Amino acid sequence: MTAPLLVFFVLAGLAVVGAVSLILQKHPIHSALSLIVVMVALAGLYLLLGAEFVAAVQIIVYGGAIMVLFVFVIMLLNAGVEEHTSISKMAGAPGLLLVVALAGLVAATIVRSTDSIQGTLQTGVMSSTPGISNMIFREFVYPFELTSFLILVAVLGATVLAQREKS
Amino acid sequence: MNSFLNTNAELLITVVKIALLLFIVLTVNAYLTWFERKVVAHIQSRWGPHRVGPHGLLQPLADGVKFLFKEDPTPAGVDKFVYYLAPLLALALALTAIALIPFGPDPIRLLGHDIYLGIAPPDVNIGILGLFAITALGVYGVALAGWSSNNKYSLLGGLRSTAQMISYELAMTMSVVGVLLMAGSFNLKKIIEAQAHPQHPELGIFGWNIWPQFLGFFCFFVAAIAETNRAPFDLPEAESELVAGFHTEYASFKFAMFFIAEYTSMITVSCLCSILFFGGWLSPFPASWTFTHYVPPAILILFGLWVIWDGLHYETIFGRMILPVIGLVFAGLGAVFILLPRVNEFIQAPFWLLSKILFFLFVYVWMRGTLPRFRYDQLMAYGWKLLLPLSIVNVIITSFVILAKMQWWGAK
Repeated sequence: MTAPLLVFFVLAGLAVVGAVSLILQKHPIHSALSLIVVMVALAGLYLLLGAEFVAAVQIIVYGGAIMVLFVFVIMLLNAGVEEHTSISKMAGAPGLLLVVALAGLVAATIVRSTDSIQGTLQTGVMSSTPGISNMIFREFVYPFELTSFLILVAVLGATVLAQREKS
Repeated sequence: MNSFLNTNAELLITVVKIALLLFIVLTVNAYLTWFERKVVAHIQSRWGPHRVGPHGLLQPLADGVKFLFKEDPTPAGVDKFVYYLAPLLALALALTAIALIPFGPDPIRLLGHDIYLGIAPPDVNIGILGLFAITALGVYGVALAGWSSNNKYSLLGGLRSTAQMISYELAMTMSVVGVLLMAGSFNLKKIIEAQAHPQHPELGIFGWNIWPQFLGFFCFFVAAIAETNRAPFDLPEAESELVAGFHTEYASFKFAMFFIAEYTSMITVSCLCSILFFGGWLSPFPASWTFTHYVPPAILILFGLWVIWDGLHYETIFGRMILPVIGLVFAGLGAVFILLPRVNEFIQAPFWLLSKILFFLFVYVWMRGTLPRFRYDQLMAYGWKLLLPLSIVNVIITSFVILAKMQWWGAK
């Protein structure tokens, strides 16, 4: 087993364990911590694929900013231990079916593809910082600006809602 | 055995470098507490520590031993896992950040291997982004410590720290964009090399980023002080309001871990300030003034002679014995550098970088000794209404100037 493969399995295992623990933990803070583990493990996987910029941004934005906000809100509301309800029987059967379907889809895609994952992603153009900025600000500039406009609308909406409650 | 050494040489070198850097950083941390207490004491017309060893130089050692042997109680009702995780997280992340800093441009050749100063290879393309990623995670140590302690003051400290980090991280990241635009790279080594201006080697100190990026430096330094929770932004541990803030319930070495983490991030921020805005390892003199290469050994010799002179007049016998020896070591190092020109050339870069780092550490302590603490609402208003707009203005001005240069003067 080569070293990168070993690192991959460690990181992938961490991500999966973190995701499972996110669902199973009873306390919101523990769930948030598990989610941070998932984010950082994913960043490690990006780094392994040669996407340095995406890896760093993944940690800064998701691991840092967004999860800090989550933790902040949980701490501010002083949320306690959750009470697990018994799983609804209606959700059980379709849920299981959906899980099987999703797993099948992913497996089929992996089996079908002929390229190895590492070979396709280490192109260098997409992963380098100039490559990414060229893509965002030249090729996909309109979708990019549209997305930022959408976020701005959401921010304004949140502000308006908060103001209304005050008055 | 030999083949094992050959195939894993890189790995072994890195492990040795990690151990060495850890040792150096922890020692510097210990003496930083001494330095801080001394400087703040002199600002307040006191003497500071002077009982343990000559000039109180053994005080850090005594403090370390005290931290190790103090009772370490765990308060009732804490979230055990998070309570133990928080100091570990704070310390580990603070120390990881140092690993990304390059301390010199040239490698040492040893047994056929190039050994660079600094743990990460100097061509890390995401240098500065990686540092920001690590500091972005650093807030969890403080926030989780505050939350898990089962103490209202701690929780308030943790909450304040989280809010402060979210507010100031934006300004800090934006303020660096100007430097990145001028260097065209995230790589710390390339950022320094861009400040050397290969076409105009006579610029010296006037080529550094501090002149065109003064606004950026102001925003960065203020935001970085807030990020490291230092005075005047030390609201998470404001002792007059919150007992000791987030680390109220931590004792013994767990408290020391927060302490070391805070001082390590001070060192990291000082490194970043000197690398991004003050030319990193570049000498302030024009490149053609080769005689200035004797400035570092001269400073060392003068400092050593002063320590010897001071030591001979010291009150205690112990001091009269130890201080001249320390002075001799410094003066001897300076003499060695003068006698060996190749060594002297090599130490130029690390010497200038280290002296800049020392300067910024002094500024940190100076500010703590001078400025009163902000009020919470002032802190938030300052971050959102002053620093963030200023740093965005800086980005806009910088990018327009760069664009104008490219359009009208054809500069690249």
